[in-house]
Amino acid sequence: MIQTQAGNVVKVGIAQLDIVKMPNTIRTSGLGSCVGVVLYDETKNIAGLVHIMLPESTLSRTQTINEAKFADTGIKALINQLKLAGVQPFRLKAKIAGGAQMFKFASDKDTMRIGPRNVEAVKTELAKNKIPIIAEDTGGGSGRTIEFNPATCKLSIRTVNQGVSEI
Amino acid sequence: MIENQKITSLHLDILKEIGNIGAAHAATALSNLLNRKIDMHVPNVETVSFNDMMELVGGAETVVVGIYLRIEGDSQGSMFFILPIERADRFIQSLIHDDEFSFTNHLISELGLSAMQELGNILSGSYLSALSDFTGLKIYPTVPGLSVDMFGAIISTGLIEISQVSDTVIVINTSIFEDGFQNSNEVHGHFFLLPDPDSFTSIFKALGVS
Repeated sequence: MIQTQAGNVVKVGIAQLDIVKMPNTIRTSGLGSCVGVVLYDETKNIAGLVHIMLPESTLSRTQTINEAKFADTGIKALINQLKLAGVQPFRLKAKIAGGAQMFKFASDKDTMRIGPRNVEAVKTELAKNKIPIIAEDTGGGSGRTIEFNPATCKLSIRTVNQGVSEI
Repeated sequence: MIENQKITSLHLDILKEIGNIGAAHAATALSNLLNRKIDMHVPNVETVSFNDMMELVGGAETVVVGIYLRIEGDSQGSMFFILPIERADRFIQSLIHDDEFSFTNHLISELGLSAMQELGNILSGSYLSALSDFTGLKIYPTVPGLSVDMFGAIISTGLIEISQVSDTVIVINTSIFEDGFQNSNEVHGHFFLLPDPDSFTSIFKALGVS
Protein backbone atom coordinates (compact mmCIF):
# COMPACT_ATOMS: atom_id res chain seq x y z
CA MET A 1 0.00 0.00 0.00
CA ILE A 2 1.16 3.52 -0.79
CA GLN A 3 0.71 6.16 1.89
CA THR A 4 -0.76 9.39 0.57
CA GLN A 5 -2.13 12.45 2.33
CA ALA A 6 -5.69 11.56 1.58
CA GLY A 7 -5.49 7.90 2.47
CA ASN A 8 -4.09 4.63 1.32
CA VAL A 9 -4.25 3.19 -2.15
CA VAL A 10 -5.25 -0.45 -1.91
CA LYS A 11 -3.76 -2.34 -4.84
CA VAL A 12 -5.61 -5.26 -6.38
CA GLY A 13 -3.60 -7.68 -8.53
CA ILE A 14 -4.74 -9.78 -11.45
CA ALA A 15 -7.39 -12.34 -10.39
CA GLN A 16 -7.72 -10.73 -6.96
CA LEU A 17 -10.32 -8.69 -5.11
CA ASP A 18 -10.45 -6.31 -2.16
CA ILE A 19 -12.63 -3.63 -0.55
CA VAL A 20 -11.96 -0.13 0.81
CA LYS A 21 -13.63 2.62 2.82
CA MET A 22 -13.25 6.38 2.47
CA PRO A 23 -10.66 8.04 2.57
CA ASN A 24 -8.80 5.14 0.99
CA THR A 25 -8.93 4.42 -2.72
CA ILE A 26 -8.65 1.16 -4.62
CA ARG A 27 -6.66 0.54 -7.76
CA THR A 28 -5.70 -2.12 -10.30
CA SER A 29 -3.04 -1.78 -13.02
CA GLY A 30 -2.58 -3.00 -16.56
CA LEU A 31 -6.05 -4.27 -17.45
CA GLY A 32 -5.97 -5.71 -20.97
CA SER A 33 -8.64 -8.25 -21.81
CA CYS A 34 -9.32 -8.46 -18.08
CA VAL A 35 -12.19 -6.46 -16.62
CA GLY A 36 -12.08 -4.36 -13.46
CA VAL A 37 -15.47 -4.38 -11.74
CA VAL A 38 -16.09 -1.77 -9.03
CA LEU A 39 -19.12 -2.21 -6.77
CA TYR A 40 -19.88 0.66 -4.39
CA ASP A 41 -22.35 1.98 -1.86
CA GLU A 42 -22.43 5.77 -2.06
CA THR A 43 -24.30 6.15 1.24
CA LYS A 44 -21.57 4.35 3.17
CA ASN A 45 -18.60 5.30 0.96
CA ILE A 46 -17.48 1.70 0.71
CA ALA A 47 -16.29 0.12 -2.52
CA GLY A 48 -14.90 -3.18 -3.73
CA LEU A 49 -12.88 -4.05 -6.82
CA VAL A 50 -12.38 -7.39 -8.55
CA HIS A 51 -9.89 -7.89 -11.42
CA ILE A 52 -11.37 -10.74 -13.44
CA MET A 53 -9.57 -12.69 -16.16
CA LEU A 54 -12.11 -15.17 -17.51
CA PRO A 55 -15.87 -15.10 -18.11
CA GLU A 56 -17.03 -18.26 -16.35
CA SER A 57 -15.81 -20.59 -13.65
CA THR A 58 -16.98 -23.53 -15.81
CA LEU A 59 -13.87 -22.83 -17.95
CA SER A 60 -11.73 -23.90 -15.03
CA ARG A 61 -10.12 -27.32 -15.25
CA THR A 62 -8.98 -27.40 -11.62
CA GLN A 63 -10.57 -28.81 -8.47
CA THR A 64 -10.32 -25.71 -6.37
CA ILE A 65 -10.85 -22.35 -7.98
CA ASN A 66 -9.71 -18.85 -7.27
CA GLU A 67 -13.11 -17.11 -7.19
CA ALA A 68 -11.69 -13.70 -8.11
CA LYS A 69 -10.48 -15.00 -11.47
CA PHE A 70 -13.93 -15.46 -13.02
CA ALA A 71 -16.76 -13.00 -13.70
CA ASP A 72 -19.50 -15.17 -12.20
CA THR A 73 -17.75 -16.26 -8.99
CA GLY A 74 -15.72 -13.05 -8.64
CA ILE A 75 -18.74 -10.75 -8.56
CA LYS A 76 -20.54 -13.04 -6.09
CA ALA A 77 -17.48 -13.15 -3.83
CA LEU A 78 -17.16 -9.37 -3.96
CA ILE A 79 -20.84 -8.89 -3.04
CA ASN A 80 -20.33 -11.23 -0.07
CA GLN A 81 -17.27 -9.31 1.13
CA LEU A 82 -19.20 -6.04 0.90
CA LYS A 83 -22.11 -7.59 2.84
CA LEU A 84 -19.68 -8.57 5.59
CA ALA A 85 -18.55 -4.93 5.67
CA GLY A 86 -22.17 -3.90 6.38
CA VAL A 87 -23.34 -2.97 2.90
CA GLN A 88 -26.89 -3.82 1.85
CA PRO A 89 -26.70 -5.41 -1.61
CA PHE A 90 -29.66 -3.43 -3.00
CA ARG A 91 -27.66 -0.21 -2.56
CA LEU A 92 -24.79 -1.44 -4.73
CA LYS A 93 -23.94 0.25 -8.02
CA ALA A 94 -21.28 -0.72 -10.53
CA LYS A 95 -18.66 0.91 -12.70
CA ILE A 96 -16.65 -1.31 -15.04
CA ALA A 97 -13.59 -0.91 -17.27
CA GLY A 98 -11.38 -3.13 -19.40
CA GLY A 99 -12.16 -5.95 -21.81
CA ALA A 100 -9.85 -4.71 -24.54
CA GLN A 101 -8.45 -6.73 -27.40
CA MET A 102 -4.73 -6.10 -27.19
CA PHE A 103 -3.73 -7.91 -30.38
CA LYS A 104 -5.61 -8.22 -33.64
CA PHE A 105 -5.36 -11.65 -35.19
CA ALA A 106 -7.13 -13.26 -38.07
CA SER A 107 -8.09 -16.09 -35.77
CA ASP A 108 -11.51 -17.23 -34.72
CA LYS A 109 -10.16 -18.82 -31.58
CA ASP A 110 -12.27 -18.00 -28.54
CA THR A 111 -9.31 -16.84 -26.49
CA MET A 112 -8.77 -14.01 -28.95
CA ARG A 113 -12.21 -12.63 -28.16
CA ILE A 114 -11.76 -12.98 -24.43
CA GLY A 115 -12.12 -9.23 -23.72
CA PRO A 116 -15.64 -8.83 -25.13
CA ARG A 117 -16.66 -12.18 -23.59
CA ASN A 118 -15.47 -10.99 -20.19
CA VAL A 119 -17.51 -7.79 -20.51
CA GLU A 120 -20.63 -9.74 -21.53
CA ALA A 121 -20.22 -12.14 -18.61
CA VAL A 122 -19.76 -9.27 -16.14
CA LYS A 123 -22.94 -7.60 -17.40
CA THR A 124 -24.90 -10.85 -17.16
CA GLU A 125 -23.76 -11.44 -13.60
CA LEU A 126 -24.50 -7.85 -12.53
CA ALA A 127 -27.98 -8.08 -14.07
CA LYS A 128 -28.61 -11.33 -12.19
CA ASN A 129 -27.80 -9.52 -8.97
CA LYS A 130 -29.85 -6.44 -10.01
CA ILE A 131 -26.84 -4.13 -9.75
CA PRO A 132 -27.09 -1.16 -12.15
CA ILE A 133 -24.03 -0.18 -14.23
CA ILE A 134 -23.63 3.57 -13.74
CA ALA A 135 -20.66 3.97 -16.08
CA GLU A 136 -18.36 1.85 -18.21
CA ASP A 137 -15.27 2.17 -20.36
CA THR A 138 -14.89 -1.17 -22.10
CA GLY A 139 -13.59 -2.66 -25.33
CA GLY A 140 -11.11 -0.97 -27.63
CA GLY A 141 -7.47 -1.94 -27.94
CA SER A 142 -5.73 -0.21 -25.04
CA GLY A 143 -4.56 -1.28 -21.62
CA ARG A 144 -6.08 0.55 -18.66
CA THR A 145 -5.13 1.34 -15.09
CA ILE A 146 -8.11 2.24 -12.94
CA GLU A 147 -8.57 3.77 -9.50
CA PHE A 148 -11.82 4.25 -7.63
CA ASN A 149 -12.40 6.80 -4.90
CA PRO A 150 -15.34 5.84 -2.63
CA ALA A 151 -15.58 9.43 -1.32
CA THR A 152 -16.45 10.86 -4.76
CA CYS A 153 -17.59 7.58 -6.37
CA LYS A 154 -15.50 8.49 -9.42
CA LEU A 155 -13.49 5.96 -11.37
CA SER A 156 -10.34 7.37 -12.91
CA ILE A 157 -8.97 5.56 -15.95
CA ARG A 158 -5.48 5.93 -17.36
CA THR A 159 -4.40 4.69 -20.78
CA VAL A 160 -1.01 5.06 -22.48
CA ASN A 161 -2.32 7.12 -25.41
CA GLN A 162 -5.29 9.04 -24.02
CA GLY A 163 -4.03 10.00 -20.56
CA VAL A 164 -6.46 10.12 -17.63
CA SER A 165 -10.24 10.34 -17.78
CA GLU A 166 -12.96 10.02 -15.14
CA ILE A 167 -16.26 8.23 -15.26
CA MET B 1 -0.56 -32.75 -18.37
CA ILE B 2 2.42 -32.52 -16.06
CA GLU B 3 1.64 -31.00 -12.70
CA ASN B 4 3.92 -28.21 -11.57
CA GLN B 5 5.19 -30.22 -8.64
CA LYS B 6 6.25 -33.10 -10.91
CA ILE B 7 8.66 -30.87 -12.79
CA THR B 8 12.12 -32.04 -11.75
CA SER B 9 15.46 -30.29 -12.04
CA LEU B 10 16.09 -32.30 -15.22
CA HIS B 11 12.91 -30.88 -16.71
CA LEU B 12 13.98 -27.39 -15.70
CA ASP B 13 17.35 -27.91 -17.35
CA ILE B 14 15.62 -28.95 -20.56
CA LEU B 15 13.40 -25.88 -20.52
CA LYS B 16 16.48 -23.72 -19.88
CA GLU B 17 18.19 -25.31 -22.86
CA ILE B 18 15.15 -24.53 -24.99
CA GLY B 19 15.35 -20.89 -23.90
CA ASN B 20 19.06 -20.91 -24.53
CA ILE B 21 18.92 -22.33 -28.05
CA GLY B 22 15.92 -20.28 -29.11
CA ALA B 23 17.17 -16.97 -27.77
CA ALA B 24 20.72 -17.53 -29.04
CA HIS B 25 19.41 -17.85 -32.59
CA ALA B 26 17.15 -14.85 -32.15
CA ALA B 27 19.97 -12.77 -30.65
CA THR B 28 22.19 -13.65 -33.61
CA ALA B 29 19.43 -12.59 -36.00
CA LEU B 30 19.01 -9.30 -34.13
CA SER B 31 22.75 -8.78 -34.08
CA ASN B 32 22.90 -9.22 -37.86
CA LEU B 33 20.00 -6.86 -38.43
CA LEU B 34 21.44 -4.10 -36.27
CA ASN B 35 25.04 -4.85 -37.09
CA ARG B 36 25.83 -4.74 -33.36
CA LYS B 37 26.86 -7.35 -30.85
CA ILE B 38 23.91 -8.63 -28.86
CA ASP B 39 24.47 -10.78 -25.80
CA MET B 40 22.10 -12.79 -23.70
CA HIS B 41 21.79 -13.91 -20.12
CA VAL B 42 21.45 -17.54 -19.05
CA PRO B 43 17.74 -18.27 -19.35
CA ASN B 44 15.67 -18.24 -16.25
CA VAL B 45 12.95 -20.86 -15.86
CA GLU B 46 10.60 -20.39 -12.97
CA THR B 47 7.07 -21.01 -11.81
CA VAL B 48 5.56 -17.67 -10.89
CA SER B 49 2.16 -16.36 -9.88
CA PHE B 50 0.41 -14.09 -12.39
CA ASN B 51 1.18 -11.09 -10.20
CA ASP B 52 4.87 -11.97 -9.92
CA MET B 53 4.93 -12.33 -13.71
CA MET B 54 4.13 -8.59 -13.91
CA GLU B 55 7.23 -7.79 -11.87
CA LEU B 56 9.58 -9.45 -14.37
CA VAL B 57 9.53 -6.29 -16.45
CA GLY B 58 9.04 -3.73 -13.68
CA GLY B 59 5.32 -3.90 -12.99
CA ALA B 60 1.99 -4.14 -14.78
CA GLU B 61 2.00 -0.44 -15.72
CA THR B 62 5.43 -0.33 -17.38
CA VAL B 63 4.99 0.74 -21.00
CA VAL B 64 6.69 -1.66 -23.38
CA VAL B 65 6.69 -2.65 -27.03
CA GLY B 66 5.40 -6.21 -27.21
CA ILE B 67 5.35 -8.74 -30.01
CA TYR B 68 3.04 -11.63 -29.32
CA LEU B 69 2.36 -14.83 -31.19
CA ARG B 70 0.75 -18.15 -30.53
CA ILE B 71 2.57 -21.38 -31.17
CA GLU B 72 0.50 -24.06 -32.86
CA GLY B 73 1.20 -27.64 -33.94
CA ASP B 74 2.64 -30.51 -31.89
CA SER B 75 3.15 -28.18 -28.96
CA GLN B 76 1.20 -25.05 -28.08
CA GLY B 77 2.03 -21.95 -26.17
CA SER B 78 2.48 -18.21 -26.20
CA MET B 79 5.61 -16.33 -27.06
CA PHE B 80 6.46 -12.71 -26.35
CA PHE B 81 9.32 -10.46 -27.36
CA ILE B 82 9.27 -7.47 -25.02
CA LEU B 83 11.38 -4.33 -25.44
CA PRO B 84 11.53 -1.31 -23.17
CA ILE B 85 9.98 1.50 -25.20
CA GLU B 86 13.17 3.62 -25.40
CA ARG B 87 15.16 0.61 -26.57
CA ALA B 88 12.60 -0.17 -29.27
CA ASP B 89 12.90 3.46 -30.43
CA ARG B 90 16.67 3.09 -30.79
CA PHE B 91 16.47 -0.26 -32.57
CA ILE B 92 13.96 1.04 -35.09
CA GLN B 93 15.79 4.36 -35.59
CA SER B 94 18.87 2.37 -36.44
CA LEU B 95 17.01 -0.04 -38.73
CA ILE B 96 15.24 2.58 -40.84
CA HIS B 97 17.87 5.34 -40.49
CA ASP B 98 15.37 7.80 -39.09
CA ASP B 99 16.27 9.47 -35.80
CA GLU B 100 12.83 11.04 -35.50
CA PHE B 101 11.01 7.75 -35.10
CA SER B 102 9.70 7.31 -31.56
CA PHE B 103 7.11 5.10 -29.92
CA THR B 104 7.69 7.16 -26.76
CA ASN B 105 6.63 10.46 -28.35
CA HIS B 106 4.07 8.95 -30.73
CA LEU B 107 6.18 9.86 -33.75
CA ILE B 108 5.41 6.57 -35.41
CA SER B 109 5.83 6.22 -39.16
CA GLU B 110 4.33 3.40 -41.22
CA LEU B 111 7.82 2.34 -42.18
CA GLY B 112 9.00 2.18 -38.58
CA LEU B 113 5.93 0.27 -37.52
CA SER B 114 6.36 -2.32 -40.22
CA ALA B 115 10.08 -2.56 -39.37
CA MET B 116 9.09 -3.34 -35.78
CA GLN B 117 6.60 -5.93 -37.02
CA GLU B 118 9.28 -7.46 -39.22
CA LEU B 119 11.79 -7.46 -36.38
CA GLY B 120 9.26 -9.42 -34.36
CA ASN B 121 8.69 -11.84 -37.25
CA ILE B 122 12.37 -12.51 -37.71
CA LEU B 123 13.26 -12.88 -34.05
CA SER B 124 10.34 -15.07 -33.08
CA GLY B 125 10.80 -17.09 -36.29
CA SER B 126 14.44 -17.81 -35.49
CA TYR B 127 13.62 -18.63 -31.86
CA LEU B 128 10.91 -21.09 -32.86
CA SER B 129 12.74 -22.75 -35.75
CA ALA B 130 15.68 -23.42 -33.40
CA LEU B 131 13.23 -24.86 -30.91
CA SER B 132 11.66 -27.01 -33.59
CA ASP B 133 15.04 -28.30 -34.81
CA PHE B 134 16.11 -29.13 -31.26
CA THR B 135 12.97 -31.01 -30.28
CA GLY B 136 11.91 -32.39 -33.64
CA LEU B 137 8.43 -31.08 -32.89
CA LYS B 138 6.42 -29.62 -35.73
CA ILE B 139 5.51 -26.18 -34.47
CA TYR B 140 4.53 -23.09 -36.37
CA PRO B 141 3.89 -19.55 -35.26
CA THR B 142 0.82 -17.45 -35.95
CA VAL B 143 1.47 -14.07 -37.54
CA PRO B 144 2.84 -11.95 -34.68
CA GLY B 145 0.81 -9.07 -33.31
CA LEU B 146 2.35 -5.80 -32.15
CA SER B 147 1.24 -3.63 -29.24
CA VAL B 148 2.74 -0.63 -27.46
CA ASP B 149 1.09 -0.61 -24.09
CA MET B 150 1.26 -1.51 -20.41
CA PHE B 151 3.14 -4.76 -19.78
CA GLY B 152 0.29 -6.18 -17.68
CA ALA B 153 -2.24 -5.64 -20.45
CA ILE B 154 0.07 -7.25 -23.02
CA ILE B 155 1.26 -10.29 -21.06
CA SER B 156 -2.18 -11.19 -19.69
CA THR B 157 -3.16 -12.08 -23.27
CA GLY B 158 -0.74 -14.99 -23.00
CA LEU B 159 -2.08 -16.09 -19.63
CA ILE B 160 -5.63 -16.84 -20.79
CA GLU B 161 -5.00 -20.49 -21.73
CA ILE B 162 -2.95 -21.14 -18.61
CA SER B 163 -5.37 -19.40 -16.28
CA GLN B 164 -8.02 -22.01 -17.06
CA VAL B 165 -5.81 -24.64 -15.46
CA SER B 166 -3.61 -22.90 -12.96
CA ASP B 167 -2.87 -19.78 -10.94
CA THR B 168 0.82 -20.01 -11.71
CA VAL B 169 2.77 -20.06 -14.94
CA ILE B 170 6.04 -21.69 -15.97
CA VAL B 171 7.95 -18.98 -17.78
CA ILE B 172 11.11 -19.43 -19.83
CA ASN B 173 12.64 -15.98 -19.68
CA THR B 174 15.74 -14.99 -21.65
CA SER B 175 17.06 -11.45 -21.41
CA ILE B 176 19.20 -9.88 -24.10
CA PHE B 177 21.40 -6.81 -23.94
CA GLU B 178 23.56 -4.79 -26.25
CA ASP B 179 27.24 -5.38 -25.78
CA GLY B 180 29.69 -2.54 -25.26
CA PHE B 181 27.45 -0.35 -23.14
CA GLN B 182 28.80 1.02 -19.90
CA ASN B 183 25.93 -0.34 -17.95
CA SER B 184 25.88 -3.73 -19.58
CA ASN B 185 23.72 -5.25 -16.84
CA GLU B 186 20.82 -3.24 -18.15
CA VAL B 187 18.35 -5.56 -19.83
CA HIS B 188 17.40 -4.47 -23.32
CA GLY B 189 14.82 -7.04 -24.19
CA HIS B 190 13.07 -10.21 -23.06
CA PHE B 191 11.89 -13.37 -24.74
CA PHE B 192 9.12 -15.04 -22.79
CA LEU B 193 8.03 -18.52 -23.76
CA LEU B 194 4.91 -19.68 -21.97
CA PRO B 195 4.08 -23.26 -22.98
CA ASP B 196 0.43 -24.22 -22.56
CA PRO B 197 -0.03 -26.59 -19.60
CA ASP B 198 -0.73 -29.57 -21.86
CA SER B 199 2.41 -28.96 -23.91
CA PHE B 200 5.07 -29.93 -21.40
CA THR B 201 4.39 -33.61 -21.90
CA SER B 202 4.96 -33.36 -25.66
CA ILE B 203 8.14 -31.31 -25.23
CA PHE B 204 9.67 -33.74 -22.75
CA LYS B 205 8.54 -36.78 -24.69
CA ALA B 206 10.09 -35.42 -27.89
CA LEU B 207 13.40 -35.21 -26.04
CA GLY B 208 13.10 -38.69 -24.60
CA VAL B 209 12.41 -37.63 -21.03
CA SER B 210 9.27 -38.74 -19.25
